[in-house]
Amino acid sequence: MIRINCPFCGERDHSEFSYGGDASIEYPALDAPPEQWHDAVFMRENIRGMQSETWHHASGCRMWLVVERDTLTHEIQAVRPAHPAIAQALEDEA
Amino acid sequence: MARYSAWTVFKNGLTGQKGWGRAWRDPEPKKAYDVVIVGAGLHGLATAYYLAKNHGLKNIAVVEKGWLGGGNAGRNTTIVRSNYMMPGNRQFYEHALKLWEELSHELNYNVMFSQRAHISLFHSPGARDAAARRYNSMRLTDTPAELWSLEQLKKEVPHLNYHSARFPIIGAAVQKRAGTARHDAVAWGYARAADQLGVDIIQNCEVTSVSRDGSQVSAIETSRGTIQAKKLGFAVAGNTSRLWQMAGLGRLPIESHKLQAFVSEPLKPLLDQVVVFGVGGAHFYISQSDKGGMVFGGDLDWYKSYAQRGNLPIVQDTAEAATSILPCLGRVRLLRHWSGIMDMSMDGSPFICKTPLDNLYLNAGWNYGGFKASPASGWYFADLIANDRPHEVIQNMDVKRFERGVMIDERGAGPDPKLHG
Repeated sequence: MIRINCPFCGERDHSEFSYGGDASIEYPALDAPPEQWHDAVFMRENIRGMQSETWHHASGCRMWLVVERDTLTHEIQAVRPAHPAIAQALEDEA
Repeated sequence: MARYSAWTVFKNGLTGQKGWGRAWRDPEPKKAYDVVIVGAGLHGLATAYYLAKNHGLKNIAVVEKGWLGGGNAGRNTTIVRSNYMMPGNRQFYEHALKLWEELSHELNYNVMFSQRAHISLFHSPGARDAAARRYNSMRLTDTPAELWSLEQLKKEVPHLNYHSARFPIIGAAVQKRAGTARHDAVAWGYARAADQLGVDIIQNCEVTSVSRDGSQVSAIETSRGTIQAKKLGFAVAGNTSRLWQMAGLGRLPIESHKLQAFVSEPLKPLLDQVVVFGVGGAHFYISQSDKGGMVFGGDLDWYKSYAQRGNLPIVQDTAEAATSILPCLGRVRLLRHWSGIMDMSMDGSPFICKTPLDNLYLNAGWNYGGFKASPASGWYFADLIANDRPHEVIQNMDVKRFERGVMIDERGAGPDPKLHG
């Protein structure tokens, strides 16, 4: 079991979460050329090692999180809220 | 090396089994080959075999970072079927099944292919309609397929849960020519047959970098030295992205996920067919090995991973699915479970294609379905490498298909790799 330290709920089993995917993808503007949308939707770096990924705390606070996790060892280095303003607010509070 | 036959089995039985030599050589890598295949799994070995057998090529090597059959060749549930519907897949997997039917003779090696029937249960009228569409499309393309009523299913497989299942079974779609094979025997059979045709199989030889000369690959650096290659093929599903990036080619429409499988303690004969259960979020497939172990599997672990080990929530999910359709397994003990790394592609279908480099070829993206595909995968990949053009059956199995708006999406799950189970 992977344990994810949710910034809102504390450390929880990963079975409470649902995996989103690669958090490094930046979606282009709606009217961007199809090639850019193709790359964002279909192409992946598929990192073997530390990667940024999204997880949804579906059976908890229902917040989307960005997790820095090693895809080979499953070690987690950092967890933060996916919404930049909420992440900033938490940081300011700390 | 000696040909295997009933006579050699008999003779060695009388002479203390002392007459068996090794099944393939253990050569030192040469400096250069005409074709180098990376990955001595089922796909790589089959490719080397068909390159030598069908296309008469002589100077071929297969390099493998670990030992032969230690990757996904030894980490599957050994199911062989051809109940695919999409154009391209339909012909491809049927060709694979036809190759399976002759494989033991072809390789002079008993791969223990057992056409015991593949039974897909359905649990709702909607699922029955979908199965009817798929299995009718098989019949229209010359692949026998059947839809069984509940009565017929009860007669053939009497011990499924017909009385208290949360999703009552209402019938099944059946492919009788489908079944299982012995996974190690397939790897060893292809290795031995390829070796006899002069292919060098080089184990413990990990590729560490790929050298390029403009738009050509010139050589690979390995843990056993530099090997030059006139043509290079990748057949390393699970780690495709790593090699692709060593060749300086950037991103691929692939994510690596892990899939677990399980085997129970050996039992007396219990299940004569492959049985598949899929409804809502559940996914489960089971058969019984010749040793008696119940071999079964379920879903991915749902998060991207390169770790060849599984996680407990899926063990629980799979055990729940097992006892929900075969309650008689409730007290059976699990013997082993293992995990392999899948190339999960964006539409659930594979890639056998040319690449941006002139002499580099790609075989990847096998999702859950690599075992059954391996003979045809090797056949078409060898055809591609030898002739430098894709056969019409695999014309859409390229990494550029998404640019053309072509999705070969059997499940209709969309561009989310983890959903293509």
